[in-house]
Amino acid sequence: MRRLKLRLLVPLGLGFAFLYLPILLMVAFSFNDSRMVTEFTGFSLRWYGALFANEALMQALFLSLRIAAISATMATILGTLAGFALFRFARFRGRALFGAIMAAPLVMPEVITGLSLLLLFVGLESAFGFPAGRGADTVAIAHATFGAAYVAVVIQARLADFDLSLEEAAMDLGARPWKVFCVITLPLIAPGVVAGWLLAFTLSLDDLVIASFVSGPGASTLPMVIFSAVRLGLTPELYALATLLLVAVALALLVALRFGLAPGRAP
Amino acid sequence: MNRARWLVLALPVVWMALFFAAPFAIVFSIGFTESAEGIPPYAPLLRWREDGSPYLQLNLENFRLLFDDPFYIEAYLRSLRVAAISAALCLLIGYPMALAIVRAPARWRAALLMLVVLPFWTSFLLRVTAWIGLLQDRGWINSALLALGVVEAPVALLYTDLAMYLGITYCYLPFMVLPIYATLSKLDDSLLEAAADLGARPVRAFLSITLPLSLPGIIAGFLLVFIPAVGEFVIPELLGGPGAQLIGRVLWTEFFQNRDWPLASALAVVLLIALVVPIGLFQARAARA
Repeated sequence: MRRLKLRLLVPLGLGFAFLYLPILLMVAFSFNDSRMVTEFTGFSLRWYGALFANEALMQALFLSLRIAAISATMATILGTLAGFALFRFARFRGRALFGAIMAAPLVMPEVITGLSLLLLFVGLESAFGFPAGRGADTVAIAHATFGAAYVAVVIQARLADFDLSLEEAAMDLGARPWKVFCVITLPLIAPGVVAGWLLAFTLSLDDLVIASFVSGPGASTLPMVIFSAVRLGLTPELYALATLLLVAVALALLVALRFGLAPGRAP
Repeated sequence: MNRARWLVLALPVVWMALFFAAPFAIVFSIGFTESAEGIPPYAPLLRWREDGSPYLQLNLENFRLLFDDPFYIEAYLRSLRVAAISAALCLLIGYPMALAIVRAPARWRAALLMLVVLPFWTSFLLRVTAWIGLLQDRGWINSALLALGVVEAPVALLYTDLAMYLGITYCYLPFMVLPIYATLSKLDDSLLEAAADLGARPVRAFLSITLPLSLPGIIAGFLLVFIPAVGEFVIPELLGGPGAQLIGRVLWTEFFQNRDWPLASALAVVLLIALVVPIGLFQARAARA
């Protein structure tokens, strides 16, 4: 068995320390008894209680979860179709442009995406009266749009290790293309579809900038509420929230790893 | 077959055209309007003469202001510099990590890679929050320094350029590690063995084989960090000082505080053009490779 050389082990260890030390400190201090966010005085779960009693935060959490579920589902449908088309259809008119537009949200600075979508929604409203006002719906549309770009990447990666002969065999046996897609292709790329949905869900749950642009009064998402709270000062409640989120994500990733959805496939 | 293809393509094409491509056309046109009182706060671009014929009222003042006022030019240049330095820091930390994961025993690789990705899946905002806890005057770092007697009074760490660089590097690190890992893992081991057989020392083999062959991954990682970092708003806002007026922050202020939508649009247009150039260069390079 190969062993990792020291000159690689040290930077790897330091890199992980850099990544995890801030998170671990946050987890540790979420169990702190004191209101001070940096002096540990004793073990307590009171901040978890305070977190669940914080109505504004809880309301925002449920709104964000709802938006994330809706937008991730839309993103998965759009992104699966787009990823499939980009990977399988070797050439069609405008393929390069379509590919560029599908990839652009991955790197587009959020302030630009947010501003441009808001101006679109304002324009649509004044021209057609739809969407009437801005809130959860407009945030979901915005999130579905950039989520679709991530899903398309995951689906393309999944299709890359796909055995085409399975589809050919089904076609040779007389299955229609639609049937082939449903019976062979879809089950085989299902792990990619699930991974894409999870990625889109997480991205939606995490987005502050785009949501701030396209949301309206009364529809403050969780990141928007956290952002205004952080600007007023840190509270251990935020650490408790971060800890719960970390546990949820770690569990989801362990399940994903167990079912062979390698997270390294994400962009 | 062609009809089936269009059935697959129709939905994503229409959606992306409406919600991604069309908005840019709108931003571009709003950039040429004048700001005005009201909702929405800009004057219409298309106007009507008294005889009923339409005309375009183009206003170039927004763009002129961006190029005349050194405040905006400096914000652009500062953003590009901060993004480049952050991407370089990510590369410095991320490359050895990616290399170590590739060289690690096979059964550890998936788990190590998961550890790199895990923070990315948790809340970005809360990870930035952790750095506030580390860096503030009564934060973890200052408490440790005071307890050890290294300093006598807290060192100002939060709201500095250092804090901003740390935050950006921290948040974008996975975007650097993954593409580099992807290219390194495809590298043919026999090349390194050949180099060793021919007497090259490991450092020499790294410099003349591994590093040049991983260049596509380095470029991809650099762009994945650099491009979003240029427009970054949250990290400079929460960790950086008042002097860290980056373009994302300037755009945000023009939009939300000054309610100058036309100027914010013009800023977005110029930022977009400034970013399309590196992407174009990268694609031209990738096409040649």
